[in-house]
Amino acid sequence: MNRLSPFNVVSLTFGFAFLYLPMLILVIFSFNSSKLVTVWAGFSTRWYGTLFQNEAFLDAAWVTLKVAVMSSTFATVLGTMAAYVLVRGGRFMGRTLFSGMIYAPLVMPEVITGLSLLLLFIGIGMDRGVMTIVLAHTTFSMCYVSVVVSSRLATFDRSLEEAALDLGASQFDAFRLVTLPIIAPAVISGWLLAFTLSLDDLVIASFATGPSATTLPMKIWSSVRLGVSPEINALSSILIGIVSVGVITASLMSKRHAVRVRREEQAAQRAT
Amino acid sequence: MRRAVLIAVPYLWLLALFLVPFAIVFKVSLSDTALAIPPYTPTLKDGFGALISGLDFENFVFLTQDDLYWKAYVSSLQIAFFSTIVTLLVGYPMAYAMARAPEEWRPTLMMLVILPFWTSFLIRVYAWVGILSTEGFLNQFLLWTGIIDTPLTILNTNWAVYIGIVYTYLPFMILPIYAALERLDESLIEAAEDLGCSRMQAFWLVTIPLSRNGIVAGCFLVFIPALGEFVIPSLLGGSGTLMIGKVLFEEFFANRDWPVASAVAVILLLILIIPIILFQRNEQRQQEAEQ
Repeated sequence: MNRLSPFNVVSLTFGFAFLYLPMLILVIFSFNSSKLVTVWAGFSTRWYGTLFQNEAFLDAAWVTLKVAVMSSTFATVLGTMAAYVLVRGGRFMGRTLFSGMIYAPLVMPEVITGLSLLLLFIGIGMDRGVMTIVLAHTTFSMCYVSVVVSSRLATFDRSLEEAALDLGASQFDAFRLVTLPIIAPAVISGWLLAFTLSLDDLVIASFATGPSATTLPMKIWSSVRLGVSPEINALSSILIGIVSVGVITASLMSKRHAVRVRREEQAAQRAT
Repeated sequence: MRRAVLIAVPYLWLLALFLVPFAIVFKVSLSDTALAIPPYTPTLKDGFGALISGLDFENFVFLTQDDLYWKAYVSSLQIAFFSTIVTLLVGYPMAYAMARAPEEWRPTLMMLVILPFWTSFLIRVYAWVGILSTEGFLNQFLLWTGIIDTPLTILNTNWAVYIGIVYTYLPFMILPIYAALERLDESLIEAAEDLGCSRMQAFWLVTIPLSRNGIVAGCFLVFIPALGEFVIPSLLGGSGTLMIGKVLFEEFFANRDWPVASAVAVILLLILIIPIILFQRNEQRQQEAEQ
């Protein structure tokens, strides 16, 4: 399938232009010296300067980072457990309900998830703040982790695990020494996915939080509602930059890994 | 024993933080509005018998009486439906071209689709505010080329909402379709062509049916979240844009009418149950096919 027709080329060009132009314009205009965000008045980094003096933004960024690290770590542990149960757990009572509860949050409108969690927190009299956001984020992102990990577990050669068990490893050791290293890339990408979901979430955090904790998306939201501002452009560019570096590094690393695996396989074939 | 713990921990977590909260939403939707904090009268306190007799559907009746809600549901369905179609029309050719691209390009193309998916949703929606506003980049460009001579009003209309949904959910459409097309066996298309199909016929009769699972998954992944969308209609839509996610958010935070907000949520959930079940079936079928 290596022939691109002109139509294919056109659809790729326009598609990617559509995906990237808005972000590109945002980044370029974050270096605009004018306060008028749609008129170019020369290159300047002043908005980055004012951004880093803005205490409110820095505080919110710190809260967001704390929430994201905690919730993605919990979500990875719970999500990996859930994936293991789904793929390897066999039959147990309420399995259908379990898999339903894993898939439903993926497509549940955020307003409903947020509202229901808020009513729960109020119902049990929990003080709302960082901890409640962490609980809320853990709950929906563990489902994403479990989908990512279970797709890796499903394609994984089970005989490796059985071999370890035959050779006398305990169930836990077999998991720790054989299964975990093999599914590690999926677990790591699950963690990263949970981390970015948490970093990005506005709606669920707005419901789950109390007056004591404001996250960065909530802060961005309240200023964005008033219109385009050059400071938000600068902040957005920083976030886009971080994500781009992360995604490009990850894809380069996985490419290098694939090349290494192929080389090792070839070496092994030559050796036999 | 260990297996029981392994099952119980995520199970109980989801029960407590996913299922029980829904039960509470349901309960609150059936209680009276009160001017207290929390602003609703609990109905469960006096035991189960009293609960059944005390239940009242007045919040739901209220929803049917005010046509704001009715209109919001219809217009959400309409916006979600048409934007799903447009996303499919934009996404399918892209996924198709990606699957036909030389093998060494594919990881890069894949990365280019995934990158926006990892970038903040809020920021990507916000980027369109500067483009679509009256003095925004799109109008500047169109005025400069002479296609139009008065600026178009796009921001704060439903058009902007459509653009926003297609833009933000495009990767969700491309990825499952690409996954289906990449696995497609090229020789099947060759066979169809050898047997006298034109290329167009082979595409409609072989490629499309074989990528069906990807299309279905992609459409659900766009339609379902778009239906309850809050950020896009609030930021890009205008006061005339009625979407149920926005109504729910405002009912809750601005009017502080929790029972009505809960009733709105319950009905939204009822509308979504069918597509969610269909989506889950499709996912399970696909997973079984892979195993």
